[in-house]
Amino acid sequence: MVRLPYLTALTTLFSYGLLFAFGQMRDFFRKILDLWKSKNLQGYAPICLGLEDFYTRRLYLRIQDCFNRPIAGAPDAWIDVVERYSKDSNKTLHRTSKINKCINLGSYNYLGFAAADEYCTPRVIESLKQYSPSTCSARVDGGTTKLHAELEEVVARFVGKPAAILFGMGYATNSAIIPALIGKGGLIISDSLNHNSIVNGARGSGATVRVFQHNSAAHLEEVLREQIAEGQPRTHRPWKKIIVIIEGIYSMEGELCKLPEIIAVCKKYKAYTYLDEAHSIGAIGKSGRGVCELLGVDTADMDIMMGTFTKSFGSCGGYIAASKEIIQHLKNTCPAHFYATSMSPPAAQQVISAIKVVLGEDGSNRGAQKLAQIRDNSNFFRSELHKMGFEVLGDNDSPVMPIMLYNPAKIPAFSRECLRRNLAVVTVAFPATPLLLARARICISASHTREDMIKALEVISKVGDLVGIKYFPVEPQKHLTDKIQKKLE
Amino acid sequence: MASSAMLVTTAALDWVSAAFDAPLARAVVFGIHIDGHLVVELLLIAVILFQLSRKSYKPPKKPLTEKEIDDLCEEWVPEPLCPPISEEKQFHTPTLESAAAPHTIVDGKEVVNFASANYLGLIGHEKIIDSCIGSLEKYGVGSCGPRAFYGTIDVHLDCEKKIANFLGTPDSILYSYGISTIFSVIPAFCKKGDIIVADEGVHWGIQNGLYLSRSTVVYFKHNDMASLESTLEKLTRGNKRAEKLRRYIVVEAVYQNSGQVAPLDEIIRLKEKYRFRVILDENHSFGVLGNSGRGLAEYYGVPIEKIDIITAGMGNALATDGGFCTGSVRVVDHQRLSSSGYVFSASLPPYLATAAISAVDYLEENPSILATLKNNIALLRKGLSDVAGLEVSSSPQSPIVFLKLKKSRGSQDKDLRVLEKIVSRALHEDSVFLVTSKRSTLDKCRLPVGIRIFVSAGHSESDILKAVDSLKRVAALELE
Repeated sequence: MVRLPYLTALTTLFSYGLLFAFGQMRDFFRKILDLWKSKNLQGYAPICLGLEDFYTRRLYLRIQDCFNRPIAGAPDAWIDVVERYSKDSNKTLHRTSKINKCINLGSYNYLGFAAADEYCTPRVIESLKQYSPSTCSARVDGGTTKLHAELEEVVARFVGKPAAILFGMGYATNSAIIPALIGKGGLIISDSLNHNSIVNGARGSGATVRVFQHNSAAHLEEVLREQIAEGQPRTHRPWKKIIVIIEGIYSMEGELCKLPEIIAVCKKYKAYTYLDEAHSIGAIGKSGRGVCELLGVDTADMDIMMGTFTKSFGSCGGYIAASKEIIQHLKNTCPAHFYATSMSPPAAQQVISAIKVVLGEDGSNRGAQKLAQIRDNSNFFRSELHKMGFEVLGDNDSPVMPIMLYNPAKIPAFSRECLRRNLAVVTVAFPATPLLLARARICISASHTREDMIKALEVISKVGDLVGIKYFPVEPQKHLTDKIQKKLE
Repeated sequence: MASSAMLVTTAALDWVSAAFDAPLARAVVFGIHIDGHLVVELLLIAVILFQLSRKSYKPPKKPLTEKEIDDLCEEWVPEPLCPPISEEKQFHTPTLESAAAPHTIVDGKEVVNFASANYLGLIGHEKIIDSCIGSLEKYGVGSCGPRAFYGTIDVHLDCEKKIANFLGTPDSILYSYGISTIFSVIPAFCKKGDIIVADEGVHWGIQNGLYLSRSTVVYFKHNDMASLESTLEKLTRGNKRAEKLRRYIVVEAVYQNSGQVAPLDEIIRLKEKYRFRVILDENHSFGVLGNSGRGLAEYYGVPIEKIDIITAGMGNALATDGGFCTGSVRVVDHQRLSSSGYVFSASLPPYLATAAISAVDYLEENPSILATLKNNIALLRKGLSDVAGLEVSSSPQSPIVFLKLKKSRGSQDKDLRVLEKIVSRALHEDSVFLVTSKRSTLDKCRLPVGIRIFVSAGHSESDILKAVDSLKRVAALELE
């Protein structure tokens, strides 16, 4: 949980207030100047009225160079960031041909499959020559190739469910599946910090949506009891079905969900469960099978397990794994299966090869090495950051580490200072996080070596001192004194 | 008796009038005569106030006790998560064992492929595959991040510039999946309270976008300009507030559900008359219509600046995956922060962006391929003009040739079953791979179903004649 000190809250609110006031003043002057210039809208209503894009125009554009940084190579442990310059104070940015080689702490590359891999890439090129980059057809028409059938089987086996169905994009998976499972007269209870794709899918389904406090099984139980007792709004008829949607790792907090307690509550009240493992599949668990393996939950207790291939397997696309009947029903009704172009065959081959490496079926133990490496890397990095006095969120074993910044001015300061010292980090602010809780998010990968991490830690410590984000007292060098004591004994 | 009652009443009345005539009653307070009737009125007012001040009767509200909630939770039985599978809803999808080129291998046999929207015949093209291999070796497969967080690769920016240059617009924006393009663009521009006029035959992606935008949606009859005009007239007549709201017309260039082509010049004329913005979905017309493949605007000779927002999927003519949206600078910049399918999703894999760049290059260098495509379409339509029981109902220039039943069997499901039989016989007996227009249960479109034939510039004349012969034969057997 985030503990926001009072002084920091006050200064953050003051900063935002100041920015807001300045923005309003500039808008006022702009309105006066525009009275002279003719309006060329000719009777059409403007695309954005009034304060709708105030945040974009007056706050986001000033720090635009911290986002959308283009890269010129594979997003591996080291990344080539293209430099940009601006001639009109950040309103438009132009690329130069200069490239900065930086340590990459921003890409989702948990198992290190982002760059060309010795086992995967030759097979991907083979499949590209055989099947070409696209099938130009929906799955239900002529877009199902042998690779798709094989991948569905492999994914189902990996995740531990009887069957699976694939889609070409993780975002579209949630948006197109949830309406096929539940409609008007049903209830969706989703965690308050769920991803935008789940929110969109829930809204598009037509069911009633209720939210429970993040990761709180007690509050979930309260909401379930209240909703089942009341029934549908206004008519009080009983609900047709209830689905509870949670995520494995929450990408902005880095913490795992409390799966055993939530599953117990859902089973008691006969609600169906839907687990979104976008960030956790392949990255946690002893053999990479995700949060169910890590927390010891039987996969037969989850009704539907969803995941994406973008983060751990270095490809693109999403999947749903569930029982054979549910998958057959989805294949008969899901609109993305009927109308959307099927997943690109080389991308499917990449996932098949990556899963084979992780399971050790390629004949080497690189998979086990990668899994051990990412666990060690995450724990080492997190403990070092704690020791330096940063406020880091997230649980142990999770490769996502947000460092709290709070003040709006520290966001561009941290990002630019790190880039100057050849470290590429990601900073996140409103609207992806609450207004007062801006943060820098670090994603560790299995391809980071010890030296890379130590160098990155040095840079972060120096920039942290410069920017002033070490909110906790620095731990004294206890381990050195312990070592000396042991030697004396 | 009566007299004693009379005596009592007269005595009481005398006493009351005496009381009223008493000097106290005659007093003048603050210049007002205090007469007797004022006392009665004051008493009445006091009684009324007393009654009003009493609380009205409300039955007591008893919240449910914990035990009652427990009982309700025990009794509640949910529906199963998925309904039981009925036999007729099953579709058999054939598995391809090679690339989806005009000749492909399905279930072990070589067939002529009319099921892939590979309009320019670019699947299996050497140059495109070589550029993809180079891209795979340099960038890997996935892009590992959304556009805002180091997912913007230089090939994405090059691809956006290339498409914008090709179409003649200032800028364009790339999406990572074809179908998510349109259902992210519409909610980014249309909010609650806006007015949208859409064709009733639009595909599911657009329907989902319209639903997510929470605007007021009015449908007009499929491809009927008179119906569109009357709808626009009704919405704007006398409605003063309509001038402050944002208003959009949503149409597709080539409709996926019927193969009709939208008359763009009429639409632009209506748009300018009633001040609506146009959102045009060019999924099946980009790279196909027009002298150089620039789409519907070139075909009708309309300057491209008049169309406000153009979206297209690259999974058809360009033979890659993903989608793009283009328009004025304001339109494209707005989407970079408020389009959910762009901001919250990983970016397009770089090798697919490279394939798109190569495909557009190829189209610019060889515009003669469009003439081949047009000839193929014309040849197919001529051959299918006299098939028993089926009629061609798509527009002459559409690359999707849509065949529907001359006599419907009563419902969409029954029609679909008859067509599925025709198509599977064509596949098994004549090795011609065709598909029907299957609909998901979530799709609200009510246009008739049919057989969709995707014509490609890579088909040879013999392929097309083979398809024509097969359809004639099977339709005569099935539909007589």
